[in-house]
Amino acid sequence: MSRGLKLTLLLALPLAGFLALLGLLWQGLGRDPSLLPSALIDRPLPAFRLAALGEPGRFISQDDLKGKPALLNVWATWCPTCRAEHEMLRSLAAQGVTIYGVNYKDDPTKAVQWLKDLGNPYTLNIDDQSGQLGIDLGVYGAPETFILDARGVIRYRHVGAVDEQVWREVLEPRLKLLQGGQG
Amino acid sequence: MRRWLPLLLALLAPPALAAIDAEHRFDDPAQEARYRDLIAELRCPKCQNQNIADSNAPLAQDLRQKVYDMMQAGRSDQEIVDYLVARYGDFVRYRPPLRADTWLLWFGPFAAIGAAALGVALWLHSRAQRTRPALDEHARQRLAELLRQHDEDSR
Repeated sequence: MSRGLKLTLLLALPLAGFLALLGLLWQGLGRDPSLLPSALIDRPLPAFRLAALGEPGRFISQDDLKGKPALLNVWATWCPTCRAEHEMLRSLAAQGVTIYGVNYKDDPTKAVQWLKDLGNPYTLNIDDQSGQLGIDLGVYGAPETFILDARGVIRYRHVGAVDEQVWREVLEPRLKLLQGGQG
Repeated sequence: MRRWLPLLLALLAPPALAAIDAEHRFDDPAQEARYRDLIAELRCPKCQNQNIADSNAPLAQDLRQKVYDMMQAGRSDQEIVDYLVARYGDFVRYRPPLRADTWLLWFGPFAAIGAAALGVALWLHSRAQRTRPALDEHARQRLAELLRQHDEDSR
């Protein structure tokens, strides 16, 4: 290697380092650091046995959520974003999407009233007053929406509201894939 | 003196230890210390830059309760940390585990410092090599000569 070339390479080193750092920081700009990956992806739903919301005496377990791919939505009346996504969930339910609800650390009376007032998109609603199921699911901020496959395995988690865009770009393609794999 | 008294008193006052978590008490001080250590080392998933000891978020309260309950049930620190990692991922640990995929995190800074030190050493070495032949034996004699002359002239 000639001396000149060597010198050029040496001088280019800091620039290359700088550009690498720039790239790293640039791709970090678009990321939301508050979004955590779920530790439960590709794991079966945690075992639970909890009352059905508004139906004391009726119990729901993880086996009741098996059978077909579905959404599992963690919600509460104290959560403003849950209210914001409620209409979207209703329209999804009307389109035939199966949505199970986890009413997370909520007052059941208020929750039942909310469903009466705003409509009920949920096939089943689990009353998780203590928040233990929430802990088992690694829930850290309602609303969270999990995608379950037909065997009750968690395949995806979305944190935050489900809106038109999230549904179209994130949830629907994954759910379709699971439904396709089934038939 | 009077003017300084409030300041003096303020300096002497013991720091107000406003414990967020007052509800969990242990009879055994060793257990209490273990509990404090554990909740100080666990990160709150909701309030990301706080541990669950410092945070008053409902989730942090629930997790403190969980840690407390598990300790009362006789679980080890490792079991409690594993329990939370299984649910919230490695994110809940302020001390990341040493694994193949975390080597870069643990050793990367040392590797970078080592590489930089090596680079500087090589550079200094090559510079020393380059500057040494600038004064060969002949030049050094000439320099000594000139200096001697200079001394004589200035006398």
